[in-house]
Amino acid sequence: MSDSEEQPGADVVLEVRGLTKRFGPVVADSEVTLQLRRGEVLALLGENGAGKSTLVKMLVGLLRPDAGEIRIGGDVVRLRSPRDAIGRGIAVVHQHFQLVPVMTVAENVVLGAEPTRRGLFDHRKAAAEVRALSQRFGLAVEPDAVVQDLPIGMQQRVEIIKALYRGAEILILDEPTAVLTPVETDELLRIVAELAERGVGIIFITHKLREVMNGTDRVVVLRDGRVVGDVATADTDEAGLAALMVGRPVVLHVDKEPATPGATVLEIRGLEVDDDRGRLAVRGLDLDVRAGEILGIAGVQDNGQRELVEAICAMRPRRAGTVVLAGREVEGLDVRALHDLGVAHIPEDRDKHGLVGGYFVAENLVLNRFDQAPFSRWGRRDFAAIQRWARQLIADFDVRTPSVYARTDALSGGNKQKVVVARELSRESVLLVAAQPTRGVDVGSIEFIHQQLVAARDRGVAVLLVSAELEELFALSDRIAVIREGRVAAVLDAKSATRETVGLIMAGAAGH
Amino acid sequence: MRPAWVRRRPPPALGVAAALLVAAFLAYAIWGFRAAAVAGFAVRSCTPLALAAMCGILCERTGVINIGIEGQMLLGAFAGFFGAAAFGVVFGVLAAAIIGALGGAFLAVCAVSWRVDQIIAGAVINIVAMGFTTFFYRPGFVIGSLPTWQIPLLADLPLLGPIFFRAQPLAFLTFAVVIGLQVTLFRTTWGLRTTAVGEHPGAADTVGVNVARYRYGNVMLGGALAGLAGAMLSVEITGSFDRAMTAGRGFLALAIVIMGRWRPMLAWTAALLFGLLSGLVNQLNFDQVIDVPPQFVAMVPYGTTIVVLAVFSTRVRPPAAAGRPYP
Amino acid sequence: MNLDRLRPAILPVAAVVVALTIGAVIVAVDGSSPLGAATAIWVAAFSGPDAIGATLEKATPLVFAGLAVIVGVKAGLFNIGAQGQLLVGAITSAYAGYRFAGLSPLVHLPLCLLIGVVFGALPAWLAGVLRAKRGVHEVIVTIMLNTIIFNLTDWLAGGPWMEPGQVISRTPPIVGSARMGRVAGLPTGFVLAMLVTVAVWFMLEHTTFGFRLATVGANRHAAHYAGISVGAVTVAAMTLSGALAGLGGAVESLGVVGRFEPGFNAGLGFDGITIALLARVSPRAVVPAALFIGALRASSSELQAGAHVAPAIVDVVLGVALLLVAAPLLLRWLLRMPPSLSTAEVQFTRGWGS
Repeated sequence: MSDSEEQPGADVVLEVRGLTKRFGPVVADSEVTLQLRRGEVLALLGENGAGKSTLVKMLVGLLRPDAGEIRIGGDVVRLRSPRDAIGRGIAVVHQHFQLVPVMTVAENVVLGAEPTRRGLFDHRKAAAEVRALSQRFGLAVEPDAVVQDLPIGMQQRVEIIKALYRGAEILILDEPTAVLTPVETDELLRIVAELAERGVGIIFITHKLREVMNGTDRVVVLRDGRVVGDVATADTDEAGLAALMVGRPVVLHVDKEPATPGATVLEIRGLEVDDDRGRLAVRGLDLDVRAGEILGIAGVQDNGQRELVEAICAMRPRRAGTVVLAGREVEGLDVRALHDLGVAHIPEDRDKHGLVGGYFVAENLVLNRFDQAPFSRWGRRDFAAIQRWARQLIADFDVRTPSVYARTDALSGGNKQKVVVARELSRESVLLVAAQPTRGVDVGSIEFIHQQLVAARDRGVAVLLVSAELEELFALSDRIAVIREGRVAAVLDAKSATRETVGLIMAGAAGH
Repeated sequence: MRPAWVRRRPPPALGVAAALLVAAFLAYAIWGFRAAAVAGFAVRSCTPLALAAMCGILCERTGVINIGIEGQMLLGAFAGFFGAAAFGVVFGVLAAAIIGALGGAFLAVCAVSWRVDQIIAGAVINIVAMGFTTFFYRPGFVIGSLPTWQIPLLADLPLLGPIFFRAQPLAFLTFAVVIGLQVTLFRTTWGLRTTAVGEHPGAADTVGVNVARYRYGNVMLGGALAGLAGAMLSVEITGSFDRAMTAGRGFLALAIVIMGRWRPMLAWTAALLFGLLSGLVNQLNFDQVIDVPPQFVAMVPYGTTIVVLAVFSTRVRPPAAAGRPYP
Repeated sequence: MNLDRLRPAILPVAAVVVALTIGAVIVAVDGSSPLGAATAIWVAAFSGPDAIGATLEKATPLVFAGLAVIVGVKAGLFNIGAQGQLLVGAITSAYAGYRFAGLSPLVHLPLCLLIGVVFGALPAWLAGVLRAKRGVHEVIVTIMLNTIIFNLTDWLAGGPWMEPGQVISRTPPIVGSARMGRVAGLPTGFVLAMLVTVAVWFMLEHTTFGFRLATVGANRHAAHYAGISVGAVTVAAMTLSGALAGLGGAVESLGVVGRFEPGFNAGLGFDGITIALLARVSPRAVVPAALFIGALRASSSELQAGAHVAPAIVDVVLGVALLLVAAPLLLRWLLRMPPSLSTAEVQFTRGWGS
């Protein structure tokens, strides 16, 4: 580890040759070839569905390749399980952390390779080892803290220590910055550099170009399961990478006329809402959304966005504050009453809240209107009317489904999202609450959904857009409200605001 | 420093047990043999429950809900009795453990390998066990009895001696299992991994803990304990077998698991409280202080369970992955 | 003509055939004649109008029990307490049947049925409320209630409601105005069971209430999002489930037993679980499944007397069938059937949490 004098990139620690994986007729990865050198930070760049996750699963033994080989330190290896992979020095930090919430940092780190003393688990030694690793790599993790009490950024470091404890020489970080604040992201990039300095080879998976440019040595670009580029980071730029990644020049620019905002539709004052664990997540939030504008909510994940959205839509009780919709306090109204007042809601998690996976597409298209005419009369459902309506929406919103009687969970992510969007935008509404409307959706569907949101705005709907993607917020919003620790820290005009300003306010750095 | 998953689960069983002990001695000082009778009844009646509850703890901590404990106990009682009738009591007890473990294996196959709904799989065990033990039951067998052991000196302690230190083998086994599980769950690598498998199987899997193996192992071990709990009823306590003789104890054990917050000592304490309550009602009835029909006496633990769960259920947190197939 | 409609039946029918075969092997190993057992079942269950009537009578409460379990499962609830709710329905309707003598049959019989329905619904309602408001798992509560109810009815039938001057614990006979006879040779109770089956099917498949129920069962979060009150549906589904079980108990008392006698209704609730699974949680298949089990149950004395086979063989056969339906992979492997994705397996456990 100490011979960092050596030229980085001299020896290859991991080599993948012609790796292919099919799922039925779908080819997830096709002939993927790449090399990772000792002490190198390699960016693996690609869109959702480009084959990054499948590749990672093969590298850690969760999936078996159909063809091709993986070489570690020159030897061809067959990885049958994560245990095999760890044995070979490959560790991965998943997007969803693989940590047991009720156990301590030290317990999580040593799990599966625990120190023992006289047959019993040696907690003291575990804590000491974690502390030592934490100090060596500057991670500042407290071994006796319980994981569920730690912030996300800290939990991620626990995952990194877990990998280091197991002697990982190849560390795969799967979309590590998706859940981090800009400040935490910078910190992570520093840690990654530190690890590389000490000889760890790192595969950094992302679809954010900025991070690739700032923190990696080399980039491999995947598109539709194939490697379409393998270049030194210094020899490329963001535009070039973007074109490679998408296969055509990206238009994140949405054509829209200037907004013509009308009266205030949604007026929130002093809102306080608890999260699932009963802690205050929204803490005295004020917000106005006007008819005919898109108000974007920017913020680091878990700063009260979810609770705000659910409280507006009456899915979550509020503790204090007022919510006035079109001049009327909506206290005490339930989800359905708000729906009838014209609140449309594209929920953040379509599979959890937005759809019933086992239902036909047609049933999901009337999920929150099933008991209204013409879909039912006198409590009896009218399947003919439902079917007619479903056919109409499928055509209007370009939902690619074999039939209105296809099971919804058989559709792709983009088409599932279109089902939700179609349902919510196909009726008269005054307020549209759209949470992460394009998460996990293909590029074509993103453009379509963006157009629909702008069209809703132009019809005079007040749109509240919550998104984790700054690109999306800047492309769509007329005003951007930055949320931090459950309060609106600033409201900016989208045309004049810069990404840097928003990022700083999100992180709490600026004097807002 | 105690591990987190111990530290974060109040209240300590030790405190409750100490309070019980003080109360018991006070009662003993005041009412003498009556208090001793109640305490003796309590421990005897709660011991099979406690052992069955250990089955529930093992299964659920590893992520498998076992509502087939009742059936596994019944199979154990059946195999224990007829095994004892054919080849002697030692064989009977072994047979009970084995058939219980087989019931556990069935549940594990369903829950782990076939991803069958765990509650349905458990219900199947109960129904099948009832059918088999009734069909193959033959009257007219007698068996030898298990010896009563006593631990020298300790058995002579007032009140506690006859209750905890003069008992039959399976009762002693139960005491050992409860204490042993308490130690192993919270102090060993196996316990740490079991907790991880029941809370977040994905986390355990990615660090190389074999989730399926842990689930199979623990559910089968639990099944063996349930089988032994059944044998305790037929071979050790009554020396006979009756159709449906477990009489819902397996279900009661499930409730005890919840009240004991998935911790062995606390579950034992909960079982003991049940026993005390029943024993008290029995004794008061016997002394003609109160006049309650026997059916109402029989209802006491079940009614208590509902009330206790209704009051406390929002405050307990089951293992996060219990009932969910993995992967 | 449309064979596809019968596809879902393949698995349960195969399970039953395999289970009957295993039952025959067990009978043979036990030293009796499988053929004799089969003959006994035929004679007792199908050989003439009386036998068929007996089968229908046995099947009647099973239809209700099966429907009760199905209504729960549709809403994601496992009502393992149909047994207890059935007992409550049986004893309360029997009480009303002997106590309120002198009423016109037009009033008395519906009143007795209604009492069975209401009191059967009561414990299930309690379980539903505890589930919705306190997050207590309905399986635990209904199991506890089963034992409590068993003891309660035992006490009532041997105490306050016991037939005077008798040694057996049972209520006095139900008077004629509350008895359910036969219509054109068909037991009235069975006719009622068929009507209720159609009603439950219609409710589940064609009404908005059925859609609410199914949505809560399929995805509680989406139901919440869609403005369906998960708590209210939980309570309603449990209550309805209990009402159906209670009605089954009432029909059993008023139509078959003629009074309440402890032990007469043992195991009906658990047969309800078997039926629900054999029927693959579809009300349309409940009647055939109940008839099958009813036929086996109707033949128990003939099995004992005619073929010298312990009637518990029926439980063994049902247990095996249930096992095969619950673990379809096992059956597919046994029968070398190809795995299928279209026939979704029953799965509704969400763990202990709410």
